[in-house]
Amino acid sequence: MGTQKPDMIKGTLDMLILKILSLEPMHGWGISEQIQQISREALQVNQGSLYASLHKLTREGWIRSYWEVTENNRRARYYTLTRAGEKQLGLEAEHWDRLASAVARIMALS
Amino acid sequence: MRWISNLWFRLRATFSPRRMERDMEEEMAFHMEMEMKKLVRDGVPPGRARREALRNFGDPLRQKERARDAWGIRWIQDLRSDTRQTFRSLRRNPGFASVTILTLSLGIGGTTAIFSVLNGILLKPLPYQDPDGLVALTHTMPGIDVPKAPLGPALFRTYREHARSLQAIGLWRALTRTVTELAEPERVEVMEVTGSLIDLLGISPFLGRGFTAEEEEPGSPRPVILSYGYWRSRFGGDPDVLERTIRVEGVESPIIGVLPPNVRIQDSDPSFLVPVRLDPDQGVGSWNFEGIARLAPGFSPSSASAELSALTPLACELYPGIALDELERRGFGTVATPLKAEVVGDTGKVLWVVFGTVALVLLLACTNVANLFLLKTDGLARDVALRRALGASRERLFRQNLTESLLLGVAGGLGGVALAWGGLRLLLRIAPPSLPRLVEVGLDAPTLLFSLGVTLAVGVVFGFLPELRRGGAPLVDSLNDGGRAGSTSRVRNRVRNLLAVVQVALALVLLAGSGLMIRTFLALREVPPGYERPAEVLTFRISIPGTEAPTADDAARAHQEILGRLAGLPGVTAVGAAYSVAMEGWEPVENVIVEEFPVTEGEPNPLRVLDWISPGYFHTLQTPLLAGRPFDWADAREHRHVAIVSETFAKGFWLTPQEAVGKRFRMDNADEWKEIVGVVGDIRSRGVTEEPPGVLYFPLVMEALWGPPGYVHTERDLRYTIRSARHRATDLLPEVRQAVREVNPRLPLSSVQTLDAIFAASISRTTFTLTMLGIAAGVALVLGVVGVYGVISYLVAQRRREMGIRLALGSTSGQVGAMVLRAGGRLALAGIVLGGLLAAALTRLLTTLLFGVSPLDPLTFAGVTASLLAVVLLASYLPARRAAGLNLTETLRGD
Repeated sequence: MGTQKPDMIKGTLDMLILKILSLEPMHGWGISEQIQQISREALQVNQGSLYASLHKLTREGWIRSYWEVTENNRRARYYTLTRAGEKQLGLEAEHWDRLASAVARIMALS
Repeated sequence: MRWISNLWFRLRATFSPRRMERDMEEEMAFHMEMEMKKLVRDGVPPGRARREALRNFGDPLRQKERARDAWGIRWIQDLRSDTRQTFRSLRRNPGFASVTILTLSLGIGGTTAIFSVLNGILLKPLPYQDPDGLVALTHTMPGIDVPKAPLGPALFRTYREHARSLQAIGLWRALTRTVTELAEPERVEVMEVTGSLIDLLGISPFLGRGFTAEEEEPGSPRPVILSYGYWRSRFGGDPDVLERTIRVEGVESPIIGVLPPNVRIQDSDPSFLVPVRLDPDQGVGSWNFEGIARLAPGFSPSSASAELSALTPLACELYPGIALDELERRGFGTVATPLKAEVVGDTGKVLWVVFGTVALVLLLACTNVANLFLLKTDGLARDVALRRALGASRERLFRQNLTESLLLGVAGGLGGVALAWGGLRLLLRIAPPSLPRLVEVGLDAPTLLFSLGVTLAVGVVFGFLPELRRGGAPLVDSLNDGGRAGSTSRVRNRVRNLLAVVQVALALVLLAGSGLMIRTFLALREVPPGYERPAEVLTFRISIPGTEAPTADDAARAHQEILGRLAGLPGVTAVGAAYSVAMEGWEPVENVIVEEFPVTEGEPNPLRVLDWISPGYFHTLQTPLLAGRPFDWADAREHRHVAIVSETFAKGFWLTPQEAVGKRFRMDNADEWKEIVGVVGDIRSRGVTEEPPGVLYFPLVMEALWGPPGYVHTERDLRYTIRSARHRATDLLPEVRQAVREVNPRLPLSSVQTLDAIFAASISRTTFTLTMLGIAAGVALVLGVVGVYGVISYLVAQRRREMGIRLALGSTSGQVGAMVLRAGGRLALAGIVLGGLLAAALTRLLTTLLFGVSPLDPLTFAGVTASLLAVVLLASYLPARRAAGLNLTETLRGD
């Protein structure tokens, strides 16, 4: 499959899912498409582990799901962020910022 | 809130897994479809697009598994599948399952039932506030052979004022009183208590108040505190009961309080309480109350005993009565015993023996189940090895074993609790009436916890068992040896043999124990109690209160009238009455001085038992008159100074009963001489295992033995005895009641019993132990036989080929059969030797329960050994016959 894409950093998939869902409710395939498109194919979602993540986030109460008919008249399961999920997204984003800038500072050393 | 959504999710996953699955499948199918469409849009041919989409997604089965893991209920699903598998395997093998469950139920049920009794009586704290600080106070007079006597009121006063070791002290004694004008006249159990007793036990009245100090002074009418039960049943729970009165012994008494429900004072349950009235002039020398005290901080029962005993001289000084040197001669002392020990008494012994017995049965049941598990493990060895080879993890297999044994354990535990529930009812019915605190026995939380503990322990142990056995066996060996005898199975056979030997041994121990109890029981039945055919004798108490018959003579005449009326009833052959009939447990005692044998100073003078009887009493009991004459009514009417003595008393002074007649004795030097007019056979009034005491019988009315000169005394409360040859003595009861009512309608009958029942109660401890041991031994025998049978049958099945070859080489079928029988005999002998040693060590614990038989009684041991050997040989005979009947060709072709 062409070029080697960097692995998703451990634990970031949950955060990305929450982020995508904070924009609008979305089904599983849509979420993986969005992540790939927005990252310009830089991030490759392991499509299978996506569902394990989605079910785990549902269990935690950060997202919930409902069934709806798509534009193409297909029944699909949509996920949407809950209030607890918004709070969790805030926490994770903040954590990520700190981590990313710390890594960036170290990498910036000449 | 997170945990709520989490829980909700897991609950849904647990209880509607199908829907979760369906949703997940649809969701993933949708994903694949979208992915494929996208690829097609990008120009990939449809055939390749499908493959590519699948590859991007990964193995759907694995992805589903990962998603399911995220549900957080993996362990529940595993458990469910383990359970399902267990059920399936148990259904395939219903014999194993039902035998295991039944065996465990028996074992767990038995131990649970007995544990609940043990817990209720011995382990639970007494139901009072801070019960550990409570002690019972009694006196001891070893110098005159009285190990234990009730508390004296004079000493009570001394302790109340001067003892530093006691925070509070109270007195009580049980009485019976007649209550009239409430419903039918009735005779009820009541209790005389000091107000301090109610306080020190921490009882606060449900209604009203306790007794005040003034109410303990003589004079004012005696107030009454009702028990909760009596208030409910006789006053309908009337909330205004404190404004009412109750007529006790014909005297109007104000009701001042009601006790809270379920209050028992030292294990008795009185209908109401009345205040103790102490005679302020009474000196040291009467012993007639029970004492309960609360220790002061820093004192133990023994240090309190020492301090109280040291107060004796002070008591003699404050309340003159018996001289101090006389008390010293008697070795007088005061003993504080923890109240619980006093209440429980020596019943602990019987209970621990019974509990030990039942625990042995549980052990036996467990060895049987262990054996079954081993057989099953061997049968499944190949199956298990195969599954391991196919990749089942060892942990998973172990977990499945554990699930299975826990499931069986829990089923056995449930069966056991059900059995215990039923068994407890039976147990309480046959329990000796002397067992204290029986009301506190039940399947309560500690008991259920106990059976849960036993159940889990059993389940876990058997879950580990196959693991231990399998432990070393290498995979390949198990697969190769085809389930036939391999190197490890020899070890296994040895374990099985050992288990069978242990079973035989345990069965022998229990059989020996019950054999000894049977001998004890027979020996007890052999002892002549001093009366004949007690089942024909109906007994009950009637008390004539002062309001019905003011003087002693009036009371005696009333008794005479009733007796006369009863004697006229059809079918009645004899009637009589006495203050205390055999084995009732009360006995007034006194020293006597016999005219011919003056008591020298300082020499012990044993106490004699006193009783007051009507004419006809001995005739009714059919106690033989050995010499002289019985009483007649004139003896009582004329207050004659006469007495009848028992054989034991007479033999203590004279060679023959005849010599005693006409001799004289008195109680002390100021007393009138009393002439012995008759001698009667001994009655074992203290129970058949006790030597009969020396008894002095007096007429119903006489000059009082105690009290001012010329004071005439009678016992107003008598036990009547009526002999009738009719089929059952109790059939007479309606006519008896009618006859008594015709004489005086205000006289209730109380404590109706046949003499036989009184006798049975006196040996109930033996009967109870015997029944329990008997049941245990029976179960043990069955389990032991099943165990031996199982092992021998297995041996035959395992060695069929070998036996076939032997037959082929010319052994006769008899020889083959004998070989099997010998194997059984070896097990039996080993078990009997081991069991004999164990039994010899353990039956010693029964010593105090035995009577007329030694704990190592050779006859018993020989008998049970022989019968056990016979039964075990029979159990191995059946498989032996099967072995002998083997068909040669079939056997060899067999596998």
